[in-house]
Amino acid sequence: MARTFVGGVHPPYRKGKTCFLPIERLSAPKTVVIPLLQHIGGINAPLVAVGERVFFGQKIGDSDAPIACPVHASVSGRVIALEKRAHPNGREVLSVVIENDYADEVHPSVEPKNMDDMSPADLLQWIREAGIVGMGGGGFPTHAKLTPPAGVTLDAVLLNGAECEPYLTTDHRVMVEWAEDVVLGLRCLMKVTGVKQGYIGVEVNKQDAVAELRRAVASARDIQIVPLAVKYPQGAEQQLIQACLNRRVPKGRRPVHIGVVVNNVHTAQSIAHSLRTGLPCVERVVTVDGASVERPGNVLVRIGTSFADVLTERGLTSEPYKLLSGGPMMGIAMHTPAVPVCKCTSGILALSRAESPATEAMTCVRCAWCIDVCPMLIYPTLIAQYGERGRTEEAEKYGALECHECGACTYVCPSHIPLVQWIRLAKSDIYARRNRG
Amino acid sequence: MQIDFRSVLLALGALGALGLIFGAGLAIAAKKFAVQADPLYAQVLGVLPGANCGACGYPGCAGYATAVSKRLVAIDKCPVGGNDLLGNLGRLMGVKAKLAADRLVATPYCDGGCAEAPTRFSYEGIQDCVAVVALSGGDKACQYGCVGYGTCVKLCKFGAITMDDNRIPVVDADKCTACGLCVAGCPKDIFSLRPAGKHVHIRCRSHDKGAVVRKICSVGCIACGLCVKACPVDAIAMSNFLAQIDYEKCINCGRCVEKCPTKTIHSGL
Repeated sequence: MARTFVGGVHPPYRKGKTCFLPIERLSAPKTVVIPLLQHIGGINAPLVAVGERVFFGQKIGDSDAPIACPVHASVSGRVIALEKRAHPNGREVLSVVIENDYADEVHPSVEPKNMDDMSPADLLQWIREAGIVGMGGGGFPTHAKLTPPAGVTLDAVLLNGAECEPYLTTDHRVMVEWAEDVVLGLRCLMKVTGVKQGYIGVEVNKQDAVAELRRAVASARDIQIVPLAVKYPQGAEQQLIQACLNRRVPKGRRPVHIGVVVNNVHTAQSIAHSLRTGLPCVERVVTVDGASVERPGNVLVRIGTSFADVLTERGLTSEPYKLLSGGPMMGIAMHTPAVPVCKCTSGILALSRAESPATEAMTCVRCAWCIDVCPMLIYPTLIAQYGERGRTEEAEKYGALECHECGACTYVCPSHIPLVQWIRLAKSDIYARRNRG
Repeated sequence: MQIDFRSVLLALGALGALGLIFGAGLAIAAKKFAVQADPLYAQVLGVLPGANCGACGYPGCAGYATAVSKRLVAIDKCPVGGNDLLGNLGRLMGVKAKLAADRLVATPYCDGGCAEAPTRFSYEGIQDCVAVVALSGGDKACQYGCVGYGTCVKLCKFGAITMDDNRIPVVDADKCTACGLCVAGCPKDIFSLRPAGKHVHIRCRSHDKGAVVRKICSVGCIACGLCVKACPVDAIAMSNFLAQIDYEKCINCGRCVEKCPTKTIHSGL
């Protein structure tokens, strides 16, 4: 039987429209807006000035902060603006706006690398320089994940191919079409961390991906493909570890503390691609779907292409009621289609009214369904109620910070209470209080 | 049925005896272990308003009363009681209180409701100003204005704030105690405390340039400077594209109200 974790929900998956369509390359747009913040951590400082000509793959932003990752030009052309622009995180972020000259003139520094000739330290440095961040949606700089704190020995590298969010088939197509790259990326991660055993967890609704990965791994014993039962949030780091390795991350710790590093399959593919070609992370696969999209599918998009450009290319049948970056469970609603595709944009969903029913919250009936499905084994209803009343100390006591906002509680709540939203608000208040000292 | 009166009497007698013994025990304990309550504490608590709003920084009136009676804190920390309370506390504690010149009233400095200020997107999340502001600074096109989800109404312990049909808070000056909870809790910092006797207000917080304000709000300050020129006592100053009144100088003449082209300056409230 396929493995899984405790708790979780079964939302309608709605992947059928895109999961069998091959990845198509989207033509590069006239202008790209490249935010200097596309990861969790410190914002990059711009390395180019307005009016300057930049090459394809040129580093245009970097930072000295320990948790940060450089960004690169995804087209060649001229920098026409350096200003704050709308960002998928909902705020305005300093971005480099480049006018495309359609020459795709590659930066002279770009040259293919050979993994076998590089030491683990060189590879780690390269992963940083190539601007690789978690492409599943988290956006945590990959190089920072691969350096364990003192006293910790890593013993497993786990690739996340669960893709449990409805609609999204990005990772699915990446695994099917670029299985060799995924495996090569995993080998690179294993070399950097000195780990002998790698795992790729894939939900069993992607049998073709499992088959392709097994073919790519062939008879090698160091990589194991783990079929997982279909359940949300299987792709959450801690749940994936529980499902694949039957290990639990202790409260308040990170997977690295139990010797595990988890990365998305698309991240691994990007590492392999950047090694093979020498190009940094300048494009990614994005699922474009939703009832308002004329031609749903998976597209290979230059980083910095606006959602509007992508949607124009794929056609709209109607004005979308809601525009999401990411999946419907954890994705964020966009306030404008002018936001650019970032390294961690896994999907663009233009949902119709019928796909995003408005609900009105009612009183909690104390059915405890949210507690049953919570994969982190906390009490969503209690934390949300404390959050709603501004009693965030109590919310923290009951484990608000354990919550990774998968939204399973809100999904099942028969009273339609926006539980995860209240918990998120409580969390932001707790962090704000901590920052105040 | 025959009743055994002896058992009944025995039970009554036994219970009665137990009651007497425990009663005596409690009486002795009450005398022997009596805690000396500070009479001052009870008196101080008696004159405090009893709103338990927490504006003094202590957990409720009892907490503040304890601190005051132990002379750990100044007596002017309660904004609710006003000058009456200051006088009473001063008498109780034997200190001379400095009376506030004028009563303060909380006032929202934004008048751009649904009718005047358009939104950038439609928001369906939880109906709370802090939540909507966490999302891209709120749905209002104006990044300085009131988002209108009524967090101040929930915060006010005195029922002094209501939202009008235009989704702008209205403060009932009679009920407002100037406790400052709305001032501290508003994510857009719309509220300020102003002297109750002053009734000319520039109801805008926007530091956007005039051209920007014109596009996103019909009652926002466009920093034209007409009010600065009109003011006979130099009470209005322009700072960072926003006119601001110095209430210490303002004489309530209302000339700025007449001049203001966008009707940002109001008289009354």
